[in-house]
Amino acid sequence: MSSPTGAGAAPAPRRVLAQTRFETRAILRNGEQLLITLILPVLLLVALVRTTVVGLTTDGATRVDVVAPGVLALAVMSTAFTSQAIATSFDRRNGVLRLLATTPLGRGGLLAGKVLGVLAVEVVQVVVLGGVALALGWQPDPSGIGAAVVAVLLGTAAFTSFALLLAGTLRAEAVLAIANLVLVVLAVAGGILVPAGALPGPLAAVASVLPSGALGEALRAALQDGVLAGGPLAVLAGWTVVLGALAARLFRWSS
Amino acid sequence: MKRYDGRAVVDGLDLVAERGAVTAVLGPNGAGKTTTVECCEGLRSPDGGRVRVLGLDPATRARDLRPRVGVMLQDGGLPTGARPLELLHHVAAMYARPVDVAALAERLGLGSFARTSVRRLSGGQRQRLALALAVVGRPELVFLDEPSAGMDPQARRAVWDLVGELRADGVAVVLTTHLMDEAESLADRVVVVDHGRVIAEGAVRELLRSHDDRTLRFSAAPGLTLTGLAASLGGGGVPPASGAHGEHAAGEHAVHEVTPGDYVVTGHVDPHVLAALTTWCAAHDVLPYAITVGRRTLESVFLDLTGRDLR
Repeated sequence: MSSPTGAGAAPAPRRVLAQTRFETRAILRNGEQLLITLILPVLLLVALVRTTVVGLTTDGATRVDVVAPGVLALAVMSTAFTSQAIATSFDRRNGVLRLLATTPLGRGGLLAGKVLGVLAVEVVQVVVLGGVALALGWQPDPSGIGAAVVAVLLGTAAFTSFALLLAGTLRAEAVLAIANLVLVVLAVAGGILVPAGALPGPLAAVASVLPSGALGEALRAALQDGVLAGGPLAVLAGWTVVLGALAARLFRWSS
Repeated sequence: MKRYDGRAVVDGLDLVAERGAVTAVLGPNGAGKTTTVECCEGLRSPDGGRVRVLGLDPATRARDLRPRVGVMLQDGGLPTGARPLELLHHVAAMYARPVDVAALAERLGLGSFARTSVRRLSGGQRQRLALALAVVGRPELVFLDEPSAGMDPQARRAVWDLVGELRADGVAVVLTTHLMDEAESLADRVVVVDHGRVIAEGAVRELLRSHDDRTLRFSAAPGLTLTGLAASLGGGGVPPASGAHGEHAAGEHAVHEVTPGDYVVTGHVDPHVLAALTTWCAAHDVLPYAITVGRRTLESVFLDLTGRDLR
């Protein structure tokens, strides 16, 4: 069947690309993942723009111009954090991380594939949510697109680090509960959909230094006003360093 | 000529696997089999001692070893949402020159469940998929942890055939197993591990021979007076029933009634001994209703080595 001579690894870019495709398909095919990464953000976008159930201070801007960046930030959080934490924790429990680490992909390639898979899903989210928002009359500031990309990348780094920290240290069932709970709490009170400044009392101060508040703020500044918001981006970078260092130290490959 | 393909030393445990041979690692639960194998796979780092796989240290040279070593984990390690054929293609893409995926899938009968998600597969189906993943990259060395657990006889046969072919291709195969018949029919060498060290090793034939070759069992009425039987087996004749007491006579044979009505003769067994037994039975008006001559099995040797207590 096989002759053992001449065996070897495929080139690293091909391995990582294969893993990226594999991860992306896994997320987009999983019903629950699709629900939190695409369906819920779309529903939220439409509901927040078309109804006034939630009061928003828009300072003269249209509702969709305020809501769309926030929903994009939420979508990034759902993919980079909740979906990734759950998927990785179950892969860890089922030995998938161990098995793939024995193939030429290795641990580094596995991580790279996961991060690129998250970015690929985010591209799908931006296309779908951006399309719906544009149809609802969204007019993003084109000069802020570069700043928005920076914000999405830093937000992804911070939230993916958080996801891996949870997934690599806690039981899969616990991660499932915590990742969903954190998503809901941050969506409501984390300054991601509603600007941190609009939250009541001390919550406003707390939310602005959370990664959720910082990502929401950075995206609103970029897409509403075309501004690169240094403060929120620094907050995201800080979380990335802290959570990334913790994940690198504490992550366990097998349960 | 011997070439050392893999060599692991963990807590005084020496394991040498040769190219083109199947080495079975046997041991009770908790004996240290999986831990040892995981050190060789680079999934665990030993706290002391030396591990060399294909001449390299798996802890520091993992990148060089991964393309050359195939691994089938005990818990499978399969992503539950993936589909078998897609997963096989995916893992094949990690290697420069993988085997033909379609042909491998066909060999292991993956076609019948190629598009069913891993979550819905039976234990035996998952095992077959995990085995395919372990060999798809043309490894020089394969670790198989309990390869045929949960398989039906047909699947097991397919797996055994594949392992035989890997061996013929010069691959070193290391398998851990609880199934003694699997080890007996597949393995060239057997290493019995208990409490983290090797307690016996060698070719299967040697191991069976060194623990005496045959046994003779017979069933008859319970509570026979075995006086003189053992002695008569050695001499080949039937000495008159003497006044000697005690059921187990001296000499090279011993006779035990292991359970009421079941008797086991240990010692050298040949046709003369069998004839002597029936002659003794005739002289004592005993009609055995079953007489069997059996080779020792690997299982009985294993139990003798590791004890019969539950772990």
